[in-house]
Amino acid sequence: MSAHHYALPRLSFRFFPIWRRHFMVWRKIAATSVLGHIADPMIYLLGLGYGLGSLLPEMGGTSYIVFLAAGTICYSTMNSASFEALYSSFARMHEQRTWDAIMNTPVTLDDIVLSEILWAATKSLMSGTAVLAVATLLGLTHSFLSLWLIPLALLIGLCFASLGLIMTALAPAYDFFMYYFTLAVTPMMLLCGVFFPITQLPPFWQGVAQALPLTHAVNIARPLIIGYVPDGLMLHVAVLLGFTLCGFYVSLVLFRRRLAK
Amino acid sequence: MSAVLSAQNLQKSYAGQKVVNGVNISLNKGECFGLLGPNGAGKTTTLRLMLGLIEPDGGYLDLLGHAVPRHAREARLRVGVVPQADNLDPDFTVAENLLVYGRYFGMKDNEINARIPALLEFASLAHKKDVKVPTLSGGMKRRLTLARALVNDPDILFLDEPTTGLDPQARHLIWQRLHDLTVQGKTLLLTTHFMDEAERLCHRLAIMDNGQLISEGSPRELIKRNIEAEVVEVYGEPAAQWANAHAAQYAARFEVSGETAFCYLNDAQPLITHLQSQSGLRYLHRPANLEDVFLKLTGREMRE
Repeated sequence: MSAHHYALPRLSFRFFPIWRRHFMVWRKIAATSVLGHIADPMIYLLGLGYGLGSLLPEMGGTSYIVFLAAGTICYSTMNSASFEALYSSFARMHEQRTWDAIMNTPVTLDDIVLSEILWAATKSLMSGTAVLAVATLLGLTHSFLSLWLIPLALLIGLCFASLGLIMTALAPAYDFFMYYFTLAVTPMMLLCGVFFPITQLPPFWQGVAQALPLTHAVNIARPLIIGYVPDGLMLHVAVLLGFTLCGFYVSLVLFRRRLAK
Repeated sequence: MSAVLSAQNLQKSYAGQKVVNGVNISLNKGECFGLLGPNGAGKTTTLRLMLGLIEPDGGYLDLLGHAVPRHAREARLRVGVVPQADNLDPDFTVAENLLVYGRYFGMKDNEINARIPALLEFASLAHKKDVKVPTLSGGMKRRLTLARALVNDPDILFLDEPTTGLDPQARHLIWQRLHDLTVQGKTLLLTTHFMDEAERLCHRLAIMDNGQLISEGSPRELIKRNIEAEVVEVYGEPAAQWANAHAAQYAARFEVSGETAFCYLNDAQPLITHLQSQSGLRYLHRPANLEDVFLKLTGREMRE
């Protein structure tokens, strides 16, 4: 293990051709991919929102389905970035050896990791925007403030892509990702206020929820859907950015170690 | 004239084991240099050091006038690489692979598209332009990898075992193309463990073992310097017994491997006269080649 593994990222615009490559691949399979990204969250939103929601009183001053719409957008953007940064990035690094091919050009590993994060965040942006569009068509958004969910989807994507890449850098094989989804992604979905307010949790778990990035994403998204500016907006944004930067740096160090063989 | 590539006293260890141990190489423009060695000799690590993909523990490296690894990015602008394992993009067609790869060098799309017909022609893949990569044969994939390495019109090409796993027809076509490239003035550095490949293509070569270059020169020089001029291979069940009793009288050196005795000598006539009177033994008389040198220098035991 040597010192240069810990150097700060050296970034360049050479990440862009890699992003374009991913986009070119995605375009070939866009139809199925879009279906997957929209269908799954919509089934949850409509099924739980109208089904369960009809049994529930107002929640946080709004109907349950509006409450749930904000959570659904957040967790679907988290999911698309996570899937991309884990399974797809791993395939490109390990199975197809696409990274090896790219590193023989003037592009460096730092550029590659940046492009993986930006691409996964792009997928989040697409799925977040798609779910938002459907929610708007269903009349679940209440002001133009909800358009801020589009940049928010990108930020959530950056955050979970960076965190996901840490797992990718450590993974010996695809099976390893099951740990992350079972022990991190699914608990976050239940703890972070997607389906119910975190005030319903015991105090200890409320504290845990405050340390998780998805909570802060939901805390921004929900007021924007309902139609007001969130309290503590800057804090929530700072937490998401902080996770993004830490995730980027840690995953980059781990990738440098892994690939320096 | 300054060297295209110059490596001095390169060092690299993994977990305390010296994988590259004091390698010196200097390449002149337009020459094909071969790095020969058994598996695990350090060939691939040497190439990765030269490309600046890993940090050396010591030594000095200059590639196309750029200090590596510090300025490897600038150097790699003018470098082409054919890696050992195919890493073409399976989602793309043949032509798309070239387009996407050219972009990594900062080339404009119209600039790349203008080069693609000639690259496909060179790789004999013009008829496969719009075919997806997974349907190509092994030989076609290698040729596409070679075309991809040329997309930026590099000054130097690094080829890591370019013909491993190919059938003879495919190998011969690759050799022909590599020869064409040296005629065009490209500098080539290739690793291989096929001696006929090295003997045919390389102006100069070095035999590498345990991280060190143990002999260096033109194929002829290596043979002349390291080994007797002729070889008589003696086959048959009693070959080992015969060799232990008689070979030393005729040959400067001999080795027994299974039911074959290899006799190295400068004048084979007395041995052949003797062998003609022996029943149960067959023999083959041939000039010494690079494989004999390689086996002498690196030994006959398996490296696994």
